[in-house]
Amino acid sequence: MKKVKVLVLRTAGTNCDKETKFAFEAVGAEADLVHINEVVSRKKKISSYQILAFPGGFSYGDDLGAGKILANELRFKLKKELEKFLKDGKLIIGICNGFQILVKAGLLPGYNKFQQEASLILNDSAKFEDRWTYLSIAGGKCIWTKNLPQVIYLPVAHGEGKFILNDENILEKIKNNNQIVFQYCNKNGGLGDYPENPNGSVENIAGICDESGRILGLMPHPERHISFYQHPHWTRLDKKEEGDGLAIFRNGVEYAKENL
Amino acid sequence: MLFRVEVKDREGIFDAVGESVKKGVLDLGINCVEEVRFVQIYYLQGKLSRQEIIKISRELLIDKISQEFRIVSKPKDGFFSDSQMKVVEIAYNPGVMDPVEESALKGIRDLGIKNIQALHTSKKYALLGNISQGDFNKICEKLLYNKTIERIVNIKDMFSEHKPLEYKFKLVKVDILGADDKELEKISKNGQLFLNLTEMRAIKDYFRSLERNPTDCELETIAQTWSEHCNHKTFRGLIEYSENGRKKTINNLLKSTIAKATEELNKPWCVSVFKDNSGVIKFDKDYNVCFKVETHNHPSALEPFGGANTGIGGVIRDPMGTGLGSKPILNTDVFCFGPIDYPYSKLPKGTLHPKRVMKGVVSGVRDYGNKMGIPTVNGAVLFDESFVGNPLVYCGTVGIMPKDKSFKKTKTGDLVIVVGGKTGRDGIHGATFSSGELTHESESISGGAVQIGNPITEKKMLEAILKARDENLYSAITDCGAGGLSSAVGEMGEELGARVDLEKVPLKYKGLTYTEIWISEAQERMVLSVPKKNLKRLKEIFDLENADVTVLGEFTDTGKLELFYQRKKVCDLDMEFLHKGNPKITKKAIWIKKEHKEPKIKEAKDLGAVLNKVLSHPNICSKEWIIRQYDHEVQGGSVLKPLAGVSNDGPQDAAIARPLLNSDKGIIISCGINFRYGLIDPYWMTASCIDEALRQIISVGGSLEEVALLDNFCWGNPDKPDRLAGIVRAAQACYDFSKYFGAPFISGKDSLNNEFMVHGRSIPIAGTILISAISVMRDVKKAVSSDFKKEGNLIYCLGETSDELGGSIYYDVLGNLGANVPKVNKNYAKKIMQALSKATNSELVCSSHDCSDGGLAVALAEMAFSGGLGAEVFLGEVPVGKSEIRNPKSETNPKSKIQNPKRDDLILFSESNSRFIVEVEKDKQKEFEKLIKGLPFGLIGCVTDKEQLKIFGLDGKVVVDEDIWNLKESWQKTLRF
Repeated sequence: MKKVKVLVLRTAGTNCDKETKFAFEAVGAEADLVHINEVVSRKKKISSYQILAFPGGFSYGDDLGAGKILANELRFKLKKELEKFLKDGKLIIGICNGFQILVKAGLLPGYNKFQQEASLILNDSAKFEDRWTYLSIAGGKCIWTKNLPQVIYLPVAHGEGKFILNDENILEKIKNNNQIVFQYCNKNGGLGDYPENPNGSVENIAGICDESGRILGLMPHPERHISFYQHPHWTRLDKKEEGDGLAIFRNGVEYAKENL
Repeated sequence: MLFRVEVKDREGIFDAVGESVKKGVLDLGINCVEEVRFVQIYYLQGKLSRQEIIKISRELLIDKISQEFRIVSKPKDGFFSDSQMKVVEIAYNPGVMDPVEESALKGIRDLGIKNIQALHTSKKYALLGNISQGDFNKICEKLLYNKTIERIVNIKDMFSEHKPLEYKFKLVKVDILGADDKELEKISKNGQLFLNLTEMRAIKDYFRSLERNPTDCELETIAQTWSEHCNHKTFRGLIEYSENGRKKTINNLLKSTIAKATEELNKPWCVSVFKDNSGVIKFDKDYNVCFKVETHNHPSALEPFGGANTGIGGVIRDPMGTGLGSKPILNTDVFCFGPIDYPYSKLPKGTLHPKRVMKGVVSGVRDYGNKMGIPTVNGAVLFDESFVGNPLVYCGTVGIMPKDKSFKKTKTGDLVIVVGGKTGRDGIHGATFSSGELTHESESISGGAVQIGNPITEKKMLEAILKARDENLYSAITDCGAGGLSSAVGEMGEELGARVDLEKVPLKYKGLTYTEIWISEAQERMVLSVPKKNLKRLKEIFDLENADVTVLGEFTDTGKLELFYQRKKVCDLDMEFLHKGNPKITKKAIWIKKEHKEPKIKEAKDLGAVLNKVLSHPNICSKEWIIRQYDHEVQGGSVLKPLAGVSNDGPQDAAIARPLLNSDKGIIISCGINFRYGLIDPYWMTASCIDEALRQIISVGGSLEEVALLDNFCWGNPDKPDRLAGIVRAAQACYDFSKYFGAPFISGKDSLNNEFMVHGRSIPIAGTILISAISVMRDVKKAVSSDFKKEGNLIYCLGETSDELGGSIYYDVLGNLGANVPKVNKNYAKKIMQALSKATNSELVCSSHDCSDGGLAVALAEMAFSGGLGAEVFLGEVPVGKSEIRNPKSETNPKSKIQNPKRDDLILFSESNSRFIVEVEKDKQKEFEKLIKGLPFGLIGCVTDKEQLKIFGLDGKVVVDEDIWNLKESWQKTLRF
């Protein structure tokens, strides 16, 4: 059977591309690292892929705000291609910097595509932090989180991850639409403040999807917990076959295999 | 036209920058500031319409959800300008790279706006409150800006600036043929060449033979090549060493100690040592790994963010420039600062407060390491008064490369190509500056030597280099570090010759002289030697990454370094003279053993309280505030993280990572550093640091079979015999213990002249050696962490505890140094490590922690609170020292007898080397004890589920009974900001 093809988009300052590619390949996909310049010059076509992944990092140094410059490249240079990609029912995932890019490009929450409706701004602590977070899985709509346990464990590593929205109405809308996918929580799933909510996000939001459930963006790094040995205290746990993050990649690839 | 756009958070949005400044103001002891608001300012230059400025602002400069902007032409129109707030605007000094500029220009052009010419930024802070002018000035100077790279501006200045200066070529010659000795010294001093008279005379002789005077560029090239920083003349020169009246002459300290051990050990897995930009060892059948640690002390003293930023940026380029280039996979950082609560009133003129230095340095490392996507996994932070004027900033990087890319060879006819960043006036005289002492005038004289980095430029270059490497497009590569192009091209062309056209070097701005271009230490640049036929493909690869490639000239076969500017020759030096013509310098070293005394201390009644104090000591306490700011997990390879345990906040002995995600082979990184031992004897400090670095490797499950070491010497002025004697003793210990443990040195670096002038007196730092260790781990699944795992498990202490509290934290807490510095006992140290290694490899060990600063008590406390479990321990079962220890050959007394400590406090806090606390399950007891039979060990207690650390003294009575969470709080509170 033909493998699902994943385009892992990179540019200056992208730095989680290789491990994201590795995670997709670990669940049977074929993943290519493609530079934005190759896509803009039409040397590589996003239409040849079923999944588009925006990995973590500091695209263009996050100068002028995290993900901003690459988000604008999507808005001003790749709009048509992306519209077609979405119309074809294909999948997008944005992790950390990738989430920031999707939000700033207006693809999430995505009511008016290519119009920014939410943002990810400087953490309340005003600094970059790397720490592990428990995430409760909400929303039944997102195809990327099917059959995940109630609470999973993934690391965050960012300085600008505080999720905010334009206005209350949009918050209501993403709630009513089941678009909130991940919320920072404690071990038992209860919502708390810092450090459980590492950045001060509204409603402890760590990740959301669009209305279709096919575009997912999240601040935590699922590609950093695909193996048991990436768990911060695996030395005190019973061995598990895989890390909590791997299922997210598997869901995407399985969906693409069945539907695209 | 110049436009000014101000951007700030909307009302109602939490201004996190403003809030953190407010916290910083409180830290300064100023309580009158009620609110701080932050405004980012952009100056845009070009023929732009108002519509275009609005579009740029709306679509690019602001975050639409949280921010708003104003286009401002008069100061009073700006945000907060006519409010009650006190306002200050801060911009970079002219010539300092604005890291935002490049990406912002790209972003603007992406909007379809092509007429933008330049962009600069500044920052505005608005403070509300009843603030006196004095307090306001203090806040600005101590918190908001650093005059080394920044200045306070007003809007008028900004509108009148940015006129680039033109440079008109004029060849400058320096008359040294007609100069007498006095004038030669003057030329060296005025030109900041830092060359001594012997060296100046050698230069004069050389030019006399050529019958001409040198150009300024030639003189600078020689000064840079011969600088302590690039040439290591102390380590490679002659040293007359005397100790107790006995004298010996050392010819090349490096070769006769450190490198000699490596040569004699002759390990087959050492691939390339002391030759390239980093040391290379074998990883597996397809890959090699390399490791280098550098220091960036002087720049970090003046501009902590920029100094550390370019320090880490620079050391990352070492593995990138090793062999044909490796991919950086791990960073390490070790810092020594002044005390963070140091009184402002005591600060010497020209120094920044230690807390500011620390915050700046940490931010600098965070910025560069995180943006490069390299996990920072290991390090240490120490504090002492001697580092107030001269902090130490060690940065290290590990790289991995395919085994067939481990060597380079420049060829005649290859093009000299510079890649990466553009050249500016930044970092002029960095190499020579670091070879002199700091004074309070350093910031004005050598301010140009301090820069800030641009990690994204380096990241783009890295991606392109690795791709070009895999396509075999170049024959050699090296980085532009200290000395810039001069050093890089000079080194690469040493055996051949090189010709360079300086006007081809891409510049950040106009106005640089040919000499400035040549010696600029602008960051993020590397030099490649490229066969002509590969140029086209090389350009394609770099273009895709938006990275620059420029042909500067050619490697020749003339044996000469020939530089041209607009076809006029500005430098014509023989490579032979440049690299081998420096006179061998003889330096004197005199070791006078300082008479330290053991303090007479009454044992405290409440040893639990003492333990809490020791845990709070800045050198022991949790460094979580720092560690969390580093991305220690990017690349996905981390196996044992710097923080682990039941709540992910317990300290670990060493870091383990898998460089290849599909393999269970790992790399272990650790470090040993302890300047307090060096105050007593640098020999035993060094032995202890080697022991510490190695036992950390062993503790996490590594073995001694494939461990390599790096040495980093940070010392005072080596022209002073007492300082140099310390270096000699440390180097001797490097040889002795590298040989003993079978762990070869593969690379190293020295940073000398770490002194600071106060009232005309030069204060040296405490001579400090950092030993870094790297080891290949066969199976990372056997890693061992330091947290207690299960109640009922047995606790062993391996190794002897002796009366060795000299330099200990316990003595420091009591205000003493002491005399009995910890030694390394060659009778068993290695055997213990080998035995424990066997035990971890057989999976008999649940947790293991080495005893270092704070000794047995601290190790037990850390294991307990990291695991969330208690322990009961009996000091009577701790094996105590009875053996004799061999002293270094040079000493009159070949052996010293170690005292048996007979007091609870001494056993608890002694810092004897080669000791481990090991947790073993009961049913593994026999098997474990079989492995350590014949070695000093004691079964000292067991793990409990009581969340209490209970320690019974020699007389069987409880001497410590502390709640583990209280102990943890003591350990965490010191550096919790």
